[in-house]
Amino acid sequence: MDETKPGDHPPRILVVDDEAAIRRLLATVLESSGFVVHLAENGSLGLAAAAAVRPDLILLDLGLPDLDGVEVIRRLREWSPAPIIVLSVREREDDKVAALDAGADDYLTKPFGVPELLARIRVSLRRVVDQAPEPVFHSGELEVDLARRLVLVAGQEVQLTPTEYEILRLMVTHAGRVLTHRQLLSRIWGSSHLEQPHVLRVNISNLRHKIERDPSRPSILLTESGVGYRLRTDP
Amino acid sequence: MTNDSDEIRPSPEAMLKLAQAEEAQADRGKLKIFLGYAAGVGKTFSMLSAARQRKREGRDVVAAYVESHGRAETDALLEGLETMPKLRLTYQGVPLFELNLDTVLKRHPQIALVDELAHTNAPGSRHEKRWQDVQELLTAGIDVYTTVNVQHFESLNDVVEKITGVVVRETVPDNLLDLAAEIQLVDIPPDELLERLSEGKIYIPEQATRAMEKFFQPGNLIALRELSLRRAASRVDDQMRSYMETRAIPGPRSVAERLLVCISGSPFGEKLMRTTRRLADEMKAPWHAVYIETPDTGRFSRENRKQIWRDLRLAESMGATVASVTAATVAEAVAEYAGRHNITKIVVGKPTRPRWRELLRPPIVDQIIRASGEIDVYVVSMSLGERRTATQQRRQLRTIPWAGHAAAMILVAGATLLCSLVQSFFSPTNMVMFYLLAVVLAAVRLGLQPAVLTAFLGVLAFDFFFVPPVFTLVVADTEYLLTFLVFLTVGLVISTQVARSRERAESLRLREVQTASLYYLSRDLAGAADLVAVTGAVLRNIRESLKAEIVVFLADGEQLKIISASERLHLDLKERAVADWTFRNHQEAGCGTATLGSADLLYLPLKTSANILGVLGVRMTDPADYNSQQHRLLLNAFASQTAMALERVRFSQQAEQAQILQARETLERALLNSISHDLRTPLASITGALSSLRDQEGLDETARTELLATACEEAARLNRFVGNLLDMTRLEAGAVRLKYTPCDIEELIGCALSVLDPRLGKREIAVRLPPDLPLVMLDMGCMIQVLVNLLDNSLKYSPQDQPIGINARTDREWLVMEIIDHGPGVAEADLERIFDKFHRVPATEGARGTGLGLSICKGFVQAHGGKISAAITPGGGLTVTIRLPLAPPPQTEGSAHG
Repeated sequence: MDETKPGDHPPRILVVDDEAAIRRLLATVLESSGFVVHLAENGSLGLAAAAAVRPDLILLDLGLPDLDGVEVIRRLREWSPAPIIVLSVREREDDKVAALDAGADDYLTKPFGVPELLARIRVSLRRVVDQAPEPVFHSGELEVDLARRLVLVAGQEVQLTPTEYEILRLMVTHAGRVLTHRQLLSRIWGSSHLEQPHVLRVNISNLRHKIERDPSRPSILLTESGVGYRLRTDP
Repeated sequence: MTNDSDEIRPSPEAMLKLAQAEEAQADRGKLKIFLGYAAGVGKTFSMLSAARQRKREGRDVVAAYVESHGRAETDALLEGLETMPKLRLTYQGVPLFELNLDTVLKRHPQIALVDELAHTNAPGSRHEKRWQDVQELLTAGIDVYTTVNVQHFESLNDVVEKITGVVVRETVPDNLLDLAAEIQLVDIPPDELLERLSEGKIYIPEQATRAMEKFFQPGNLIALRELSLRRAASRVDDQMRSYMETRAIPGPRSVAERLLVCISGSPFGEKLMRTTRRLADEMKAPWHAVYIETPDTGRFSRENRKQIWRDLRLAESMGATVASVTAATVAEAVAEYAGRHNITKIVVGKPTRPRWRELLRPPIVDQIIRASGEIDVYVVSMSLGERRTATQQRRQLRTIPWAGHAAAMILVAGATLLCSLVQSFFSPTNMVMFYLLAVVLAAVRLGLQPAVLTAFLGVLAFDFFFVPPVFTLVVADTEYLLTFLVFLTVGLVISTQVARSRERAESLRLREVQTASLYYLSRDLAGAADLVAVTGAVLRNIRESLKAEIVVFLADGEQLKIISASERLHLDLKERAVADWTFRNHQEAGCGTATLGSADLLYLPLKTSANILGVLGVRMTDPADYNSQQHRLLLNAFASQTAMALERVRFSQQAEQAQILQARETLERALLNSISHDLRTPLASITGALSSLRDQEGLDETARTELLATACEEAARLNRFVGNLLDMTRLEAGAVRLKYTPCDIEELIGCALSVLDPRLGKREIAVRLPPDLPLVMLDMGCMIQVLVNLLDNSLKYSPQDQPIGINARTDREWLVMEIIDHGPGVAEADLERIFDKFHRVPATEGARGTGLGLSICKGFVQAHGGKISAAITPGGGLTVTIRLPLAPPPQTEGSAHG
């Protein structure tokens, strides 16, 4: 893990994408943001480059010509803990979920804005750096004190059921990153509840009514349609 | 016929005839017949010489079947001509060679030479007769040169027999001669022919030596030669006449003679028809053959009916117009038919019944003569020899209804029993009444013969049991003889009358049933709008009225496809081949016909005047029905009705298709317009902004920010449009597979709003949800898109300061969602149409739409089994209402990761 520690050197990012235009864009943007960028144009070259370069983060396009993106993630995860952010188009929700369940850390839908991309990269890199999250989490009006199991909205304490608290705790420990329905269900209810998404929906809804100012326009506990949920972090 | 001024113009009928003949000729091959009067006149030789001439002229000539009989001069002529391999068939161990029809059809030469037109094919061939092979070649558009002797023509058959004493069994229908484009008479003087015979130059099959010797008599040959010359001459005459008619050349015309002959199924029918045909030929007149169905004919045996059917077909093959009429009596029907068809001469056979029977009932000839008025009646004699065979045949044909007779005996026994019971109360004379009752019962229930038997048995039983001295047949009181006589007479009269009325009723009922079934079919067909309905109606009606199993084939390009069939029919390849033959040749084939008669089914072409549309295959429950005149007529009527209905359906389908095509074209044009406009406009903005940022010097900060904002917004718009196009394409392709997950409506609305977030600005969105709204099974991705498109629409069309409302509630089995805006709304008339593809409401300033968004909403909502509608918001604006079923359609797939 030593070699992944930033500070020693600027973080290395491996971009695996078959589109030259995207590679060019990402290289320009990332390099100007202070990252060292390596490029690969298909899955096999990407796997080879990952082994050679040992990147701190991998940006992986799911629509590669030679290998299935999920397959690339699986092979990377056999040896590399480096965060993987997958890039995909809107219509391929199932691919994103499969990629996330296979071990990808986050995803971005094409077309995406550069600030969003940089934010995701930062969140993912932070995961590697601080294994233990801050004991007190802030996002907007929400404040969660994990050590004291205390949840405050605009300074007022909110009573959560144990399940709601568990969900919130899990979201806080993964703040800024997407958690798939599957990941939430299996971690909170166990794998026997994988096929009961309505339990999750009801709890999320209740949770929102307690922590969101306007539950019909949530600003903290965000829905990633077709994929899962994400807790917004303060920028 | 025509008045003076018209005289020089061809009559319309003549022109029509010419046009039809030319049309029929256009696709068909031409037939050239080399006509001779005996073997050895040199028909084959002439045919081959002509063929060589054609070949020299560059035509593609093939010897499809030529028999040289080993003659050197013939062989020499065959040299250099392509000879088709013959078809080898083995019949009872003897190899037989036939014309190989399929090979010739496949080779498809311009001219095919086929020797001996009158030849009968070996069993197992496609057709019974070679002339049918030739017809098929002609139908395929191949010209055919063929040879035939005059005695083989149907109408001359009996004359030749009379002249020469040789029965010619191989006959050719006369209309083939009429159809021939050219007839070449091959003629040498009889003396020369006899000389050639003695020199051994004429091939005579060994087994026929004696017959041939009898045949080659100078007298015979002269007579036959005259026949052939006359036949050829009359043909030339015909051509001359039709030439003059169509070119309106004035000249002697035949008076419009029309002949009529009746068919009764008697063994003389054939002779009668040949005679009529000859008469008609001599008078150059058309002729009709009519079968008259009277109550009496109901009693005809099956064999008799077959004969009638054969006769009708023979008449048809000799060029007659054939009809079948139902009437009370023959004479009346003949007179009526003759009147209706302008018949000028009726041909009837001379009566052959014994004189005494004529006393009881005047012979039909007399009745016809009396009824026919001004029409001439020709009476043709029948020779004695023929009559004998006739009566013999008749006798054989009668079948005895044993069951009926047994029942008659039981009736008599019953009457006797009854009489014995009341013996002490009644006088014997009155007991006769019981027997009379038995006779009436037998007549009503059992038919004529059992009734007559009952009458006779009744007399005997009465005499034996009740007339003193009892238990003997002796009659003591002669007064009883009168009783017997009257009883017998009354019994017979009652039997005859009852039986006749019963048969009349029966035959009327049959007719009625047939008329009704035709009526039902035409009624069903009239209501049938598509192919399925038409074939369904045909299947049902034919099965009901004929008790037959049927199969309907329809043309699919060049191939025949089974459209529908009774469940119990299994068609093998052979049956299909027969159906295919019917289709290609536009003629009936299969069971009950002369073509491919070994098939299980009868196949009728479904053709209209212009087209062949398919084939109707029929399997009768009773094999005898294949030869029943009534069934065949009905089937033909069914077939033509079906063909017309099918053509009607086809036409309407074509019209519909044209309409659809046109609609699609309009839509495609709209799509292209929309795509080019909606793709290019943002691209133009983006390109303009970026190029100006790159190349234009001295832009101030405000301008730069403005340009960048424009480029970003336009890129987002482009992205939305591509998304819409993709959704539309998925909907169009039917590729929308919904992934149902339990969905929180509040979350759904939240997702839609977060998509629109950058464009919402300060706009007030009022979401009103009841607290107890349940989770609803739906495809979240699709429904978010629906809401996004609807909200986007509201944002575009309503002013910034007006709120947009989103309501959701449940209504019984439905989730109801409403998107309410307070913009200008939509004209009442447009409310329905705003969900149509590329329909754009006349845009208010700044509002631009692709015209796709709302139609995508409609598509996704309908995919959910829901409904979408628009209404005017009270106080102005548009309210779109979506209703989705709370319980999802049955194909739901639950999914953990929604």
